[in-house]
Amino acid sequence: MSQIPQPGKPWALTPQARIKEVVLFLGTLLLTVALVQFTPLKGKLAYFFSFFILYATVTAVAQYLARGKAAAKDAIIKTVVVLGAVVTVLPILSIIVTVVSKGAAGIHFGLFTTDMSMATPTDPLSNGGLLHAITGTLTLVTISLVLSVPIGILTALYLTEIKGRFMGPIRFLVQAMSGVPSIVAGLFILSAVLYPITKSYSGFMGALALTILMIPTITRTSEEVLLLIPNDLREAGVALGGTQWRTVAMIVLPAARSGLVTAMILGVARIAGETAPILLLTGGGDKVNPNPFSGSLGSLPYYIWKSFNAGSPEAITRAWAGLLVLLLVVLILFTLARLLTTRKMKAR
Amino acid sequence: MSQTAGLIPAPRELTTEPRKSDKVFRGVVTAGGLSSLLILGLIAIFLGYRGFEVLREEGLGFITNSDWSITTDEAGNVTDSNFGLAAMLVGTILCSLVAVVIAVPISVLTAIFLNFYCPQWMKKFLVAIIDMMAAFPSILFGIWGFLVLMPSVEYWAKLIHKYLGFIPLFELKPYIVTRSPFVAGVVLAIMIIPIITSVSREIFAQAPLDRIQAAYALGATRWAMIKAVVIPYGRSGVIGGAMLGLGRAMGETVAVFTVLNIVFQVNWHVLLGAGGNVASLIILKFGDASPYEIKALMAAGLILFLLTLVVNAAANFIVKNTGKSGR
Repeated sequence: MSQIPQPGKPWALTPQARIKEVVLFLGTLLLTVALVQFTPLKGKLAYFFSFFILYATVTAVAQYLARGKAAAKDAIIKTVVVLGAVVTVLPILSIIVTVVSKGAAGIHFGLFTTDMSMATPTDPLSNGGLLHAITGTLTLVTISLVLSVPIGILTALYLTEIKGRFMGPIRFLVQAMSGVPSIVAGLFILSAVLYPITKSYSGFMGALALTILMIPTITRTSEEVLLLIPNDLREAGVALGGTQWRTVAMIVLPAARSGLVTAMILGVARIAGETAPILLLTGGGDKVNPNPFSGSLGSLPYYIWKSFNAGSPEAITRAWAGLLVLLLVVLILFTLARLLTTRKMKAR
Repeated sequence: MSQTAGLIPAPRELTTEPRKSDKVFRGVVTAGGLSSLLILGLIAIFLGYRGFEVLREEGLGFITNSDWSITTDEAGNVTDSNFGLAAMLVGTILCSLVAVVIAVPISVLTAIFLNFYCPQWMKKFLVAIIDMMAAFPSILFGIWGFLVLMPSVEYWAKLIHKYLGFIPLFELKPYIVTRSPFVAGVVLAIMIIPIITSVSREIFAQAPLDRIQAAYALGATRWAMIKAVVIPYGRSGVIGGAMLGLGRAMGETVAVFTVLNIVFQVNWHVLLGAGGNVASLIILKFGDASPYEIKALMAAGLILFLLTLVVNAAANFIVKNTGKSGR
């Protein structure tokens, strides 16, 4: 009877065009190798740039012959766009590869069981370790979490649940706060708390400064999450006779739970490597210090900073090892946050 | 009559008056919400209060002079002091401008790639990587810049000096270039590329589909479509993103401090190894500063705070009011 046409993809490349593309690509590759071999150009960067320039020219010529000027321009732009993306990704790869390759030399078991109280950064690598730095960073992160999570989530609740008079200004101020340079946060705590009140370096001072940096991250992520909670849930809560307080506490917040955890994780990732305020406020001890309220407290960024400035090869390796640990912490936190959000989206 | 009257319940009063628990709840949440105002206000007040003495002493010279010296007698009393931020302010602006000039084209290209060229599986992966890079600690960029980037810059500077040395801009000795505002700007550019990319990506993704399809239907190539639809639509968003990046670059401390050679002289030459920025000045001078000098540093912090606040406010204003432009 009537024939149902097969669904086709008229925009897809024909096998012929596909082969042509591959040939062009391989041809450019060969040409690049030839060019670098037979001219005084040398090095990785020479390969890199001559490949992109050659590929742009070759595809542009091919497109020009087939389709004319506009297509040739399109082909050139395509290469440029890809080049832009590659240039973005290259430093990331370079950073990760360098940190892993240089830091791996400094990683050993003792790193996680000893502190630097009996060693200096220029000692052989087997002396001393990161224990004080890791516990210190944990202390700092915990205190700032405890301080900033209530404030951050309350601000987000104000923006999504109460929607009061100050909504516009507060949203603006939170944005402004996320742009406060970390050193200014450090100076503020220095001038407002450390000099007039405590008069001594301690972990708590550092945590206060980190709190200021963490609040905007937590607020903005929580706000986004709370906005995703369907309004039906809130209406259902009120229709059952709940007050707004009960609705928010028993329905909205539990529904947004995993999102709020993501907000906290992103906040921690934001501050875990923050260096400038730590340098101003914590004093950076070399010993495990369980009391954040008195005495100087070491932390990962401070350890890295101190080792890096010591300058000897051992110390630099120590700094790379510290950076590797810090990078791993950030990577793990980030992956956790990703996993939490994607699982939530699948559950929907 | 009297029997039925007893069955009718007394009329209830309907009010929108919230319960007591709700009043408390609203009060607490509003108080929490206003904390950002409180914190920002306190920052300005305390830094201003501590720095007031120095600001009054130096007057406008605090921004126009470039000396930073302090002399004390044996008892530790300040006999003579000169504080001026001009060199540092120029350095701040120079480094962050270099960073923005480098970062914006790369970020825009990346955002275009992610939205219109990239296959779906690769897009997810790349977005994750670029977002993660935004969370890399700044000390990582600083040390990477110092130990990895600077040697290769030196290599390139030597080459350029050898072949292009006749151009006045490239006359400098290569080893001077390695600690110049330009290299600091490159490090800052790498730090702000993720921010500008993600802002531009989101704005480009909102480009109206009907216009995109209309452009294709009229026979536009992909680039012609992007030029006609996406870029006009996203232009102001990209500017806003660039300013957010500028704000971040201005306040950056550790990365600049490790790379830059800090000199208290106004230097507009991008490739000359001398410069500084306000934040790195604070770290540099903080260690052995006398109480009076600390006050000057507080005043410097106040200037930096106000500067970044203005840049950020402008950026947010632009980003918020975007999305309505375009053809």
